[in-house]
Amino acid sequence: MSSETGKILTTDGIPLEVSLKKAERKNKIKAFLLVAPLLLFLLITYIFPIGDMLMRSVDDKMVTEMLPKTFKSMEKWDGNEMPPEEVFEAFYLDFQKLVEEKRDGKLSTQLNYTKNGFKSILKKLRRKAKNFEEGNYKEQIMAVHKRWADVEYWRAIKRRAPAFTSAKYLKGMDMYKNEEGEIVSVEEDRRIHRVLWLRTLEIAFFVTLLCFLMAYPIAHLLATLPMKYSNLLMICVLLPFWTSLLVRTASWMILLQQQGVVNDFFVMIGLVADDNRPEMMYNKTGTYVAMTQILLPFMVLPLYSVMKTISPSLMRAGKSLGGTPFVTFWKVYFPLTIPGIGAGCLLVFILAIGYYITPALVGGASGTLISNQIAFHMKSTLDWSFASAMGLMLLAGVLAIYWVYNKLVGIDNIKLG
Amino acid sequence: MALPKYTEPHYRIWHYVYIFICTCVFFFLIAPLFVIFPLSFNAEEFLSFSEGMKNLDPDAFSLRWYKDMIYGTKNPWGLAAKNSFIIAIFATLGSVLLGTVAALGLSSRHMPYKGLIMATLISPMIVPLIISGVAIFFFMAKAGLAATHTGIVLAHIILGTPFVVITVTATLSGFDHSVTRAASSLGSDPVNTFMKITLPLILPGVISGGLFAFVTSFDEVVVVLFLAGLENTTIPIQMWTGLREQLSPTILAVATCLIILSTLILVTAELLRRRSERLRGINR
Repeated sequence: MSSETGKILTTDGIPLEVSLKKAERKNKIKAFLLVAPLLLFLLITYIFPIGDMLMRSVDDKMVTEMLPKTFKSMEKWDGNEMPPEEVFEAFYLDFQKLVEEKRDGKLSTQLNYTKNGFKSILKKLRRKAKNFEEGNYKEQIMAVHKRWADVEYWRAIKRRAPAFTSAKYLKGMDMYKNEEGEIVSVEEDRRIHRVLWLRTLEIAFFVTLLCFLMAYPIAHLLATLPMKYSNLLMICVLLPFWTSLLVRTASWMILLQQQGVVNDFFVMIGLVADDNRPEMMYNKTGTYVAMTQILLPFMVLPLYSVMKTISPSLMRAGKSLGGTPFVTFWKVYFPLTIPGIGAGCLLVFILAIGYYITPALVGGASGTLISNQIAFHMKSTLDWSFASAMGLMLLAGVLAIYWVYNKLVGIDNIKLG
Repeated sequence: MALPKYTEPHYRIWHYVYIFICTCVFFFLIAPLFVIFPLSFNAEEFLSFSEGMKNLDPDAFSLRWYKDMIYGTKNPWGLAAKNSFIIAIFATLGSVLLGTVAALGLSSRHMPYKGLIMATLISPMIVPLIISGVAIFFFMAKAGLAATHTGIVLAHIILGTPFVVITVTATLSGFDHSVTRAASSLGSDPVNTFMKITLPLILPGVISGGLFAFVTSFDEVVVVLFLAGLENTTIPIQMWTGLREQLSPTILAVATCLIILSTLILVTAELLRRRSERLRGINR
């Protein structure tokens, strides 16, 4: 072959390499165009709004926009001594503007979050400021109330200068920034969010464990029984899987209530006295029982699909080599099912950690999870930025698990039904 | 599961313990569903078995709550059922359309950034519903679609597409691409090839994905709670309110209907799965 024909040409004279690359690019674009509509749709309606949640959760522009001149003049102030006259003047001008626009109430609420005591002194300032003379605002403002002469209050205002804040995230972990700017925890008896996070983790963990313990034997049975029996039993797993979540929760409410079927049964067999029926709902027990039953199919299905691929001859080989059934099971069968265990546990844990409906209905006060708190702030307190912050903290945890799941199992391998 | 004759006694015992445990778990899984059935025919207003029911007295049973569900005055179930079906049907169509097309692209071996894109497309299934609910609510509120059917349908398309993407990519993984090449070489244009060759072959996957999307939409309550106004109430919302406020037996009548519906869907899905496995030549 001569050197000039080193490049192979296609019939129309273009080098084959170039031609192939072109075709490849064309195919890439084609494939991407097919995915594009859904990707675009999800980006606009779903992914960007999650980004919007992030913005909301750190957004603190309100005070920044209300006191623009003050914060500009404060830039040079080091915060050790009382601020100079120009800061007072800027604050007076900003404040007067807010009073004119009737927005001073919002400012006082916001500043009061940062430091208690702003409400009354701002009110007083509003009344007195009408009669202020031009010039020497420092003395005039300081004369309104002794707190205005306290440098602590001016530092508190300065702390609100940044347009972004981590306050909502800290609040989600029961912490806050104190006046020195250090991050500290709230008093022990007010740490409600930490209790909730821990409870969410605890319930998710134990539900996963319970699901695993219950799913393993039945997945094994389903995988080893002859097809005609296992298909029939599979219905027991798939019917709850396809049944409405609310229907299943409703059935648990009927079963677990004080005059319910389970309690009736306990009374009938004499386990408990009729007038001393245990409370099995509106507490943690209810959450555990209902969530375990509802999430059980999600554990059985991945376990089953892995166990189905394990050849029964492996167990026979182990036994014929002298292993007792238990040893053979532990040394041969169990290790082979680990991928299924991983997939099932991660799936159930991810689902359990974000559970909302069931705990809200059967959990009562002691069985609610972090999701319920998010819904509470979305609907009742309307503190959407806090709800967003809590949601994103939860999301970060779930995505970390999702990442592990993807590494271990691969999302392409999720099996449905 | 008969044991061989030579099994030693303690393994024999262990085997029966194992069977017993399995029976208990199956019972735990399925029994709660069957409690609803008889109680929905209760003649009385209580949610527990009356003495008459325990003695199988025919007078203790009635269709009272079913009548209430259908004819009851100021009963929301009619409107809720209508809304639920409309929303679920449109959400399913949307999910199937977007999901199938995306799955076709994803299954191409030329697809760039496959992992990342797949992870993004699946994410609505993984992200906790409450977070999806908050995010979607923010979007719909900005877009002016809160408390509209359109908004809820769009939200359910978001939640339903991952299922379609997963089932259709799974079907396509065993798909023999030489048949489409054969069609092209015989002069068929891509759309025609898809309609005549690809679609019939992947149809089981598409339909079962559609069933998942339908059930997701039909059963979805978290996101709808954020989005729905009074006009857009759905069956799950009515169930949710009913369960929170007063547990009336009418809910059990509705629940029974829903269980029957899910049984039908289960049977369809199973038949489709078997057909699809047969077509893909997987014998398991």
